[in-house]
Amino acid sequence: MATPYAKLPGWVDYGLIPLLNLVVAFAVAGLVVLLVGESPFRAAYLLLDGAFGYGEGIGFTLYYATTFIFTGLAVAVAFHCRLFNIGGEGQAYVGGIGVALVCLTFDNILPWYLTFVLATIGAAICGAAWAFIPAYFRATRGSHIVITTIMFNFIASSLMIYLLVEVLKPAGQMSPQTRTFAEGGQLPKLDWLLAIFGLDIGGAPFNFSFLLAIAASIFVWVLIWRTKLGYEIRTMGFSEKAARYAGINEVRIIVIAMLISGALAGMMALNPIMGEQARMQLDFVAGAGFVGIAVALMGRSHPAGIIPAAILFGMLYQGGAEISFEMPQISRDMIVIIQGLVILFAGALENMFRPALSRFFGARAMRTKPVRVGSAG
Amino acid sequence: MNELAIELRGINKSFGPVQANRDISLKVRKGTIHGIIGENGAGKSTLMSILYGFYQADSGEIVVDGKPVHIVDPNGAIAAGIGMVHQHFMLVDNFTVLENVMLGAEDSQILNKGIARAREELKRLERDYALEVDPDAVIEEIPVGLQQRVEILKALYRGADILILDEPTGVLTPPEADHLFRILEQLKTQGKTIIFITHKLREIMAITDEVSVMRQGEIVGTRHTSETSVEELASLMVGRRVLLQVEKDAATPGDVKLSVRNLTAKDSRGVTVVDDVSLDVRAGEIVGIAGVAGNGQSQLLETIAGIRTAVSGEVMLNGRPVDISGKADPGELRTRGLAHVPEDRHHMGLILEFEECESAILGYHGQKQYLNGSFLDAAAIRADAEEKIRKYDIRPANARLKTANFSGGNQQKIVLAREMEQDPDVLIIGQPTRGVDVGAIEFIHKRIIEMRDAGKAVLLVSVELDEIRALSDRILVMFAGRIVGERDGDAAEGELGLLMAGVEEKEAAE
Repeated sequence: MATPYAKLPGWVDYGLIPLLNLVVAFAVAGLVVLLVGESPFRAAYLLLDGAFGYGEGIGFTLYYATTFIFTGLAVAVAFHCRLFNIGGEGQAYVGGIGVALVCLTFDNILPWYLTFVLATIGAAICGAAWAFIPAYFRATRGSHIVITTIMFNFIASSLMIYLLVEVLKPAGQMSPQTRTFAEGGQLPKLDWLLAIFGLDIGGAPFNFSFLLAIAASIFVWVLIWRTKLGYEIRTMGFSEKAARYAGINEVRIIVIAMLISGALAGMMALNPIMGEQARMQLDFVAGAGFVGIAVALMGRSHPAGIIPAAILFGMLYQGGAEISFEMPQISRDMIVIIQGLVILFAGALENMFRPALSRFFGARAMRTKPVRVGSAG
Repeated sequence: MNELAIELRGINKSFGPVQANRDISLKVRKGTIHGIIGENGAGKSTLMSILYGFYQADSGEIVVDGKPVHIVDPNGAIAAGIGMVHQHFMLVDNFTVLENVMLGAEDSQILNKGIARAREELKRLERDYALEVDPDAVIEEIPVGLQQRVEILKALYRGADILILDEPTGVLTPPEADHLFRILEQLKTQGKTIIFITHKLREIMAITDEVSVMRQGEIVGTRHTSETSVEELASLMVGRRVLLQVEKDAATPGDVKLSVRNLTAKDSRGVTVVDDVSLDVRAGEIVGIAGVAGNGQSQLLETIAGIRTAVSGEVMLNGRPVDISGKADPGELRTRGLAHVPEDRHHMGLILEFEECESAILGYHGQKQYLNGSFLDAAAIRADAEEKIRKYDIRPANARLKTANFSGGNQQKIVLAREMEQDPDVLIIGQPTRGVDVGAIEFIHKRIIEMRDAGKAVLLVSVELDEIRALSDRILVMFAGRIVGERDGDAAEGELGLLMAGVEEKEAAE
């Protein structure tokens, strides 16, 4: 009774189920569009065309995807240790402090690539530090990580308001944001990458941090499946008893897993701050920490699944903006509803079709293969 | 008096490859207290869950009051007049007694009428069965003994004529248990039939009219309580499993490798589970710890292995002390030559979700031969796993297969291979053949003897007395957390059975 559902073939588990969830999500979203009085097919066309139809659209889609890869990986790493890190939002937000401070200090002195390295370290340290306190309390006192990380999201939000209004805002300015960074604090766009495919990036902020996101994905894959630390994290995630038996230090592993998770979430801040705005603004995370949960769920906590899931959500963000522009009937809030439906079906109702599919494939396996009687011993 | 309240005919129930109930036939006479006794995992709870409709039997028939019934869910059981008092109460803590009793039997959407009726009925039940409880008391504010009474009232309120009590005394203090027994007597005189499940022999002798003994999913005997004895029941419970006798020469014990002095440990509730235990295990001998399950053997093993914290005492491994204060690192003990085959291989000994080769390094994953710096050396790990698969004949011979997909016997071989191939000085083994098929048992026993002959000190815990007798050079018997006797490996079964039943050492020696 280890798993509640029968084992499914890999392509069903990783391909068919997410696809099915997605189709249902879009079908329901289509009904919503129909209710508003617009054509769901035109909306779908606008969504896809806006996200993938032209260079600038693709640039925006990948810009959003970069953000979601970071937060998705953050949730996934904690997940492997059976920790539900809801605090990606706050960790990314605080990670912004690291980026901003580095940029404000060095943007006039260092070239962008050196600032970038320092800013990455700063983001990771700040994000990890924000995850440390909940992790420590969870490991030593058993405080529920969901509760503490949610609380830390609120604390982060207040902290950032204070910092941006009272400390980091240049004198004489009205809006709560830092000054604009000089060239040494701005990441170059990846226009050349899209140019390879003959696409023009236009004004899209698709930038260098995307490559860092891909590197982080590879890092997470190696970490979880190819290192001793990853082995211990997974052992801990599957069975605390077995971890104790194996001599794995529970406190250490929980704290480390959360630090890595927080660091990844923190690195998300590089994308909007250094990559797009060249300054830190209020609310720059904009819910990306929570989208990361859906991305990790949909991507089965595996980098190879997280990247496509992140691109999917990037598409919803970019294509959604396009729909609301083209169809005045559909407001920005309607787009949030559609995104919410995808999260609902791909995340929360992820297992909705699983029992039926298990039965279907279970029955099929019985018919096609003779039931193998357990071999001796 | 001879009318049957319940008759079970040929009940079978399997969970995957595990047969939890095998061809069970049971007759419970009306107006009696019928005990069902057996060790943990003997299939008692499964049988009662079938009777109460939680599970469906794979085959067999249930007859209630002479009529065959088909019970598909607890509602069906209630309709057939069967009520159950669960080991863990199914009460809503912040509801009153009255609200709990009528929960699920409210009769209508508006509660007023139902409440009045329930109050009336509750008064009658209290009068008839001396089950006094304040109907307006909130559950979380009344003691456990009273909560249990509410459970009984719930069953009676639903018109139960047959009451199943699953390990009812587990949560009770002795006076509360005595009171429960008086209530059960009262219920019996009023014509109710009671099925009383326990693993405590004393309770069976105190309260039941008849008793059925279960072992490994089967009923191995039914006796009139007045015509049986604690000793007979104990030997029925522990059983006489037919084992292929393992060839072994006399032991040639060497130095003391593992030494335990005055070890005391408590469980999470603060109950002493290991009580002042001292023992020595020498190189080249197998020391077996016999005892009915739940007498502290598991906890003793875990304390020695550094998994559980001890309150006091001393453990010496290879002449050097082991930290038993909870800071001991099982990983460090491994490097000091202690290998541990845990009782719970599903949650402790293996990670069922891991590939076989990953499970095969659990606890040793920090060793140099499996690592390249901080990275796992996948090729080395797989080669190592494949060698063990060959050597221990683990099937299917696929190191990439998920651990959960191996049978119980093969899973146990994965653990044994991992621990034995480390060439430890001391090997502690819990339940080496639990849930293991016969073919693998012989293999495992042979390997254990080979370890002894190679000069290892082996400490063996098993609830299978025959296994203990077949393998051990010395046998220690544990009862209620204490070691109550030591015998040679060829001690008579009856003598050990007496010790295991908690009969005093002096009497047993007579």
